[in-house]
Amino acid sequence: MKTIEVLDGGMLTTVQDLGRFGYQRYGVPTSGALDLFSMRAANRLVGNPDDAAGLELTLIGPRLEFVVPATIALTGADLGARLGDRPLPRWESVVVEPGAVLSFSGPQDGVRAYLAVAGGVDVPEVLGSRATYIRSRLGGIAGRKLEAGDAVHVSGDRPVLLGGALQLPVPHRPIYGHAHLLRVVLGPQDDRFTPNGVHTFLSSTYSVSPQSDRMGYRLAGAAIEHLRGPDIVSDGTPLGAVQVAGDGVPIVLLADRGTAGGYTKIATVIGPDIPRLAQAAPGDEVTFDSVGLDDAYAAVRVQEAALATIGPIRHGPDVARLRKVAAVVATVASLQRR
Amino acid sequence: MIVEFGDSIDPAINRRVRELFLAIERAAVAGVRDLVPTYRSLLVSYDPLRTTFDSLRSHLSELDAHLADTPLPPPRVVEIPTAYGGTFGPDLGFVAGHNHLTEDEAIAIHAGTDYLVYMMGFSPGFTYLGGMSERIAAPRLKTPRTAIPAGSVGIAQQQTGIYPVESPGGWQLIGRTPVSLFDPSRHPPVVVEAGDYIRFVPVTLDRYSAIQDEIQRGTWTLPVRGVTT
Repeated sequence: MKTIEVLDGGMLTTVQDLGRFGYQRYGVPTSGALDLFSMRAANRLVGNPDDAAGLELTLIGPRLEFVVPATIALTGADLGARLGDRPLPRWESVVVEPGAVLSFSGPQDGVRAYLAVAGGVDVPEVLGSRATYIRSRLGGIAGRKLEAGDAVHVSGDRPVLLGGALQLPVPHRPIYGHAHLLRVVLGPQDDRFTPNGVHTFLSSTYSVSPQSDRMGYRLAGAAIEHLRGPDIVSDGTPLGAVQVAGDGVPIVLLADRGTAGGYTKIATVIGPDIPRLAQAAPGDEVTFDSVGLDDAYAAVRVQEAALATIGPIRHGPDVARLRKVAAVVATVASLQRR
Repeated sequence: MIVEFGDSIDPAINRRVRELFLAIERAAVAGVRDLVPTYRSLLVSYDPLRTTFDSLRSHLSELDAHLADTPLPPPRVVEIPTAYGGTFGPDLGFVAGHNHLTEDEAIAIHAGTDYLVYMMGFSPGFTYLGGMSERIAAPRLKTPRTAIPAGSVGIAQQQTGIYPVESPGGWQLIGRTPVSLFDPSRHPPVVVEAGDYIRFVPVTLDRYSAIQDEIQRGTWTLPVRGVTT
């Protein structure tokens, strides 16, 4: 069903899901949401399965008009979302009326927001996924970013959440800031660097370069010293691989990365920390901390536990909102007394 | 997890990669999300909520020890009709001249061998081929072209390959095939896979057009045969 009319596509708004698996052997990148935590949270908030397709919004959000009622959830970056003339709360489900326009005033925290619509964005599956891979024009809406005039269709017919609104409790909502500590597991080619090089990698503060995109985040900072050159016989590139080419600076490979590469990889950023990097803006600080596999697995479980806290909105814990409501009530009361 | 079998480009090493790849596919190992076989290693992506490195490693070691039980399917040779030279292969003259050959000699050398598909990547449908003769090696273009048509057959140093989709690139273009090497609406989306061989078969421009028509009508079948060399 046609649910959204795109009035303005924004900087880079694409249809994404959890990614395209089973085709990397043919050279097809996985693509999928860069911040999988936010994508999955958005889906769960509207009652979708984790692998439903949603929209990934980048930095400058789009302008979207709803043409039918819908239940939506916005997660990830704070891009200054407004529904009509009111701020749209993030990390909770909201029922939207036909004619409502979702717009964005500009980034406040983080760079990528995720919009889920109950039912899931309906585009044809390409190789088992709806994720957009622009470089090869695969998936999404004609394999490209959203443009003004596009219609976004939604599957099924469940505009309103039956059990009431859902939220991710405030303590689990990430605040991104401008300094990002990423945990890494060393390898597979950490033995191709000098001990000094590994030390440089783990002790330096890097800065996110403007040449960062869905393929990977290029970092600027101290050069990492190779033992005998940066070239290897090409092998597979896992999500989060920290590739160090001849210039010695690290590149963290993300969802749109090539499936194989011929440069040394010093480490791999653990899955639960990829969302943090995906929210980093050019100029942000990045540091790396080496952990073992058990720590990495524990971090995965912590993240799953956070997602599992999504539940009905209760007014008790949300003190900040209650205070706001109380303040408004007090103002209205004082106006009435005059 | 990356399973390394060596660090060189060697058909024997590549064969072991492929054997383990197929064994894992057949065994449908729990928790494995995706596999990326390369020249000399196998990337195994797994879901840490369903398995761990240690249990996966012991499972794969077990499979590796019994590879003989699941022999590889016999290798296929996929024949790729190719129109050499002219507008389809603007650099054929350079490649021939660089190696003090006539164009026909260069074509005969290029089309005279079965090339092993070592791996596919880094982009959709791109094949890493092994076995090109040094006698037709040529350096990359100094200035890469901004748009190379899909199906272009090129040479870069001692490698040869086919551009599966239109893309920029710096290879010397010697010909073009009407065969689409990557089509996401097909299952599988590729016509050759790692472990197959490619044989370039010279065709005239007329034959090229005829094959192109047949492909469009859906009546073309790609010639595939067993290894004879």
